[in-house]
Amino acid sequence: MAERGGRGTSSGGASSLDKSITLPPDEIFRNLENAKSFAIDIGGSLTKLAYYSTVQHKVARVRSFDYSGKDIEHESPYEITVQEEITARLHFIKFENTYIETCLDFIKDHLVNTETKVIKATGGGAYKFKDLIEKKLGLKVNKEDVMTCLIKGCNFVLKNIPHEVFAYQKDSETEFRFQTNHPNIFPYLLVNIGSGVSIVKVETEDKFEWIGGSSIGGGTFWGLGALLTKTKKFDELLQLASKGKHTNVDMLVKDVYGGAYQTLGLSGNLIASSFGKSATADKEFSKDDMAKSLLHMISNDIGQLACLYAKLHNLHKIYFGGFFIRGHPVTMRTITYSINFFSKGEVQALFLRHEGYLGAIGAFLKGAEQDNPNQYSWGENYAGSSGLMSTSPDLSPMQRARSSTFDMFEMDRLERPLVNLPLLKDPSTYIPDTVDLTDDTMARKYWLTCFEEALDGVVKRAIASQPDSIDAAERAEKFRQKYWNKLQTLRQQPFAYGTLTVRSLLDTREHCLNEFNFPDPYSKVKQKENGIALKCFPSVIESLDSLGWEERQFALVKGLLAGNVFDWGAKAVSDVLDSDPQFGFEEAKEKLQERPWLEDSYNEWIQRLKEGPPHKCALIFADNSGIDIILGVFPFVRELLSRGTEVILACNSGPALNDVTYSESLIVTERIAAMDPIIQSALKEERLLLVQTGSSSPCLDLSRLDKGLALLVRERKTDLVIIEGMGRAIHTNYYAALKCESLKLAVIKNSWLADRLGGKIFSVIFKYEVPSE
Amino acid sequence: MEPLQNGGGSAEAAAAGGPEEKRRREPVPSRLRRSSSGARAEADSTAGPHPRERGGSVSRQRLDSLRKSRPLFPWFGLDIGGTLVKLVYFEPKDITAEEEEEEVENLKSIRKYLTSNVAYGSTGIRDVHLELKDLTLCGRKGNLHFIRFPTHDMPAFIQMGSEKHFSSLHTTLCATGGGAYKFEQDFRTMGDLQLCKLDELDCLIKGVLYIDSVGFNGHSECYYFENPTDSEKCQKLPFNLENPYPLLLVNIGSGVSILAVYSKDNYKRVTGTSLGGGTFFGLCCLLTGCSTFEEALEMASCGDSTKVDKLVRDIYGGDYERFGLPGWAVASSFGNMMSKEKRESVSKEDLARATLITITNNIGSIARMCALNENINRVVFVGNFLRINTISMRLLAYALDYWSKGQLKALFLEHEGYFGAVGAFLELLNIA
Repeated sequence: MAERGGRGTSSGGASSLDKSITLPPDEIFRNLENAKSFAIDIGGSLTKLAYYSTVQHKVARVRSFDYSGKDIEHESPYEITVQEEITARLHFIKFENTYIETCLDFIKDHLVNTETKVIKATGGGAYKFKDLIEKKLGLKVNKEDVMTCLIKGCNFVLKNIPHEVFAYQKDSETEFRFQTNHPNIFPYLLVNIGSGVSIVKVETEDKFEWIGGSSIGGGTFWGLGALLTKTKKFDELLQLASKGKHTNVDMLVKDVYGGAYQTLGLSGNLIASSFGKSATADKEFSKDDMAKSLLHMISNDIGQLACLYAKLHNLHKIYFGGFFIRGHPVTMRTITYSINFFSKGEVQALFLRHEGYLGAIGAFLKGAEQDNPNQYSWGENYAGSSGLMSTSPDLSPMQRARSSTFDMFEMDRLERPLVNLPLLKDPSTYIPDTVDLTDDTMARKYWLTCFEEALDGVVKRAIASQPDSIDAAERAEKFRQKYWNKLQTLRQQPFAYGTLTVRSLLDTREHCLNEFNFPDPYSKVKQKENGIALKCFPSVIESLDSLGWEERQFALVKGLLAGNVFDWGAKAVSDVLDSDPQFGFEEAKEKLQERPWLEDSYNEWIQRLKEGPPHKCALIFADNSGIDIILGVFPFVRELLSRGTEVILACNSGPALNDVTYSESLIVTERIAAMDPIIQSALKEERLLLVQTGSSSPCLDLSRLDKGLALLVRERKTDLVIIEGMGRAIHTNYYAALKCESLKLAVIKNSWLADRLGGKIFSVIFKYEVPSE
Repeated sequence: MEPLQNGGGSAEAAAAGGPEEKRRREPVPSRLRRSSSGARAEADSTAGPHPRERGGSVSRQRLDSLRKSRPLFPWFGLDIGGTLVKLVYFEPKDITAEEEEEEVENLKSIRKYLTSNVAYGSTGIRDVHLELKDLTLCGRKGNLHFIRFPTHDMPAFIQMGSEKHFSSLHTTLCATGGGAYKFEQDFRTMGDLQLCKLDELDCLIKGVLYIDSVGFNGHSECYYFENPTDSEKCQKLPFNLENPYPLLLVNIGSGVSILAVYSKDNYKRVTGTSLGGGTFFGLCCLLTGCSTFEEALEMASCGDSTKVDKLVRDIYGGDYERFGLPGWAVASSFGNMMSKEKRESVSKEDLARATLITITNNIGSIARMCALNENINRVVFVGNFLRINTISMRLLAYALDYWSKGQLKALFLEHEGYFGAVGAFLELLNIA
């Protein structure tokens, strides 16, 4: 009922360890030196180890020069220093129980700076290894309730990991249908299929109730299956089942009714009696068929009971977990089938990407209560996580021997809590990404190739960004290898990290760069471009101010769009920028498509400005450094301020490509203020506010934004949102519906994408939207 | 991996678990009814809830009309299930000398054959202990006999009917169960017999209500268990089902059907499960090599399921207090069989017992959930799985009581698996 894990080689586990196993430690028990708050979840066959550690990595910081007293004219607007930063990271490692002793030895040898005295333990196997753990690590084992841990872990991933949840659909183009994170995760039903089945209703963070269970579970499949087929291993039984034909063993409706069932409106293939045909002494049955019949019997039974409980408690979402489900498409399929059948579609069978880690996460959270991990936001680190199904024998059997050994999952503690943008029309249906690459095979192939082809350039850029480092080339090569491997994994298993999107590909690249200490490969480029653009600012303003109102509005919009051409993320542009660094603002304007644009609601925008009252407050999500922010965004901001509209300028918290970061924006704004009285007074009077987004992605997820930003947006009664750039306004948020007016603008700097949208390269998107009543 | 659904869109799931089906009964179609005040009403009034008063004031006129309208002998009701065929036969005991003269030879031979034997061929059995004596139906007095044989002997049964020229009797053969459809063609071609096919759930409910109303030869048809876990104190006690509605009816044959019955004509099929008697027997055959249901039950009665199953206390060392689970509860059926050593140390009897307990507990659990969802607190278990199966009945009685904290009551009926056949038999009397 409540037992988890359950690969019941009861004895022998600890004694038959293969000590000759050599671990690739730097890849597995990462950051172990500073680890604290250990937790362990020992199931019947797999051990999950969790620890909290600090990660030291380099960050590029920008700092204004000190102008006081000195009259030196600097080429650069600010200086860049590389500093060490320490951030918190959660590590989870899953390995087979046979490795437990080797792993414990390794941990003992490498654990340096810990003050930890206890280790939280959960799982059915925790008691068995208690002595071993205490002896090896010198830590006191503190046992935690299995189900409490499971649910704590479940709540944690549901809240923190986008695309954690998926529905399984075998017969559709994409087997994994990832779900949008709903702002409210409660109430839900958790059905844990370990050796038995536990059905738990979860109502709030701390309130859950065991509402039922069944003894017919994974242990029944395994135990009864082993008796019937003489096959010992769970995985092998599943493989038998996937080959078998249950109709040879089960008595179907058509076996009882003959051919006449159609007239009754019954489906003849329904099972009337499981194993009904085996009620005879004089017939042999194939192992495959019996295993298949058993699988159906158990899956149907669990599905039926789960539906009965869901109905009684009026719940529509059921998350399934436990070793019976874990990474096995066969059982996810039969369970989904059963739920659909018995609930007639009213209840949804859902699965979790990190289901195998829930117990360990929960136990860890129990142990880390003083650090209160629940008060922070967390992000999945794509560089350090193995991804869904990395250990599934059903997929990539070639890799199995290697990859099934260790599976990893890492989460970064984010500096600031993330929340929904309060202006989202419907947070529960908001999907940031425009194209689902798991679904769209053509687009997936294109983008994967695109990212592969761009990799050389990124490596080069990374090396160039650290000219003084002796190992930059070596690290860059490691980065190349890692990201290349991720791309190959995603070619095979697009669902490995949730819905595959351009955003996730970009974010994965950023995570991999960080991994090898390339925190901001574009820092120098940005510095230089900001310097050049700042110099041009006065003349740009001067020429704008000489224009009449109507002309000026158009020039401002063109400026925003032209600034947007300066995007190192787009390969077409980075090629030009690499070969022609003098590529100027005016030239960029030349490149722009003439009106009418590909998406063109400019007239409506102008009409709104002419006829409507000034907006109360505009929220602008900035894109690139240099010309974009300084010559595109700031003149636009200045115009808004002059109209009496307050402006919140939101920039990324951390670096991504050549996107302007919050700290860069502070310096740039300061320098502009020094040149421009309008900006200066607005800053002083807090009519212009600079905030950070909480993100380090070239794309924008409006459901995970800095809490401070959200507060300010509410406080200032923001009634206009401006999103610029391909990453934020096209790859993401193109279809985002807001409660207030919005402006999405971008230049399409990718001919494939332009083609797809029915335009040419450098086509313009100008999308002004007013919410429908 | 081979696709689960092997072409042709074969849907797989428990049939028995088919979608909930509303069955607000339409009145019986007129072709099956003589008139609204016909035999049905007669059957009701003559065999009403108070057997001792029956037949008292039937007027001469009505008797005459009865004679004209009642079906010709022999009177049978047939329920052809997935595993067993259930046959009820009405033996008239009020045959006058004159009538006996007129009785055709093969009708007489059928009557003698059925009533003078308790076993037919190697597999047919008459459950003598279930015989209902001195019933009055359509103005005739007689005894109701209960006979069963395996469905795989159906062809031999039809053959016998053909050899005995059953068709020359011009009687209607009312049949229900899936086999009524499956064997319809065989009856026609081999036996020259036209079956009157009847809905099995209709028949089941009619049969239950009728038998309960006439009682079991002066005793109660319905009973329950008091102290079901205590072999010393356990008692089988009569239960008065005079006001039966609403009622959850759980029919455990090869598979299981669960019906919610709100009145005589208003019921719905709530759900069902494919884990039924057929599963118990089928798994026992595979696990122990036994060949009869009786043998399987006999083994089960000597076995110890706790060697096979993993109990809550095997995992938690005692009760799992966090969830209020008692240590004796089964956490994982066959869970101990994951271990090779334990697989090697269990007996066939242990395996048979564990199979029985697994199937029974599961049925109890589904029935309990249905009762809660339908807000019904009386659950009547019928079907041949319960025949000579006190272990399951007591377990159901206990499990329902324990897990519902005394809210639900498990009831049983003496004629276990015969209600469908009785219902079919009653329909015969309704047909002109």
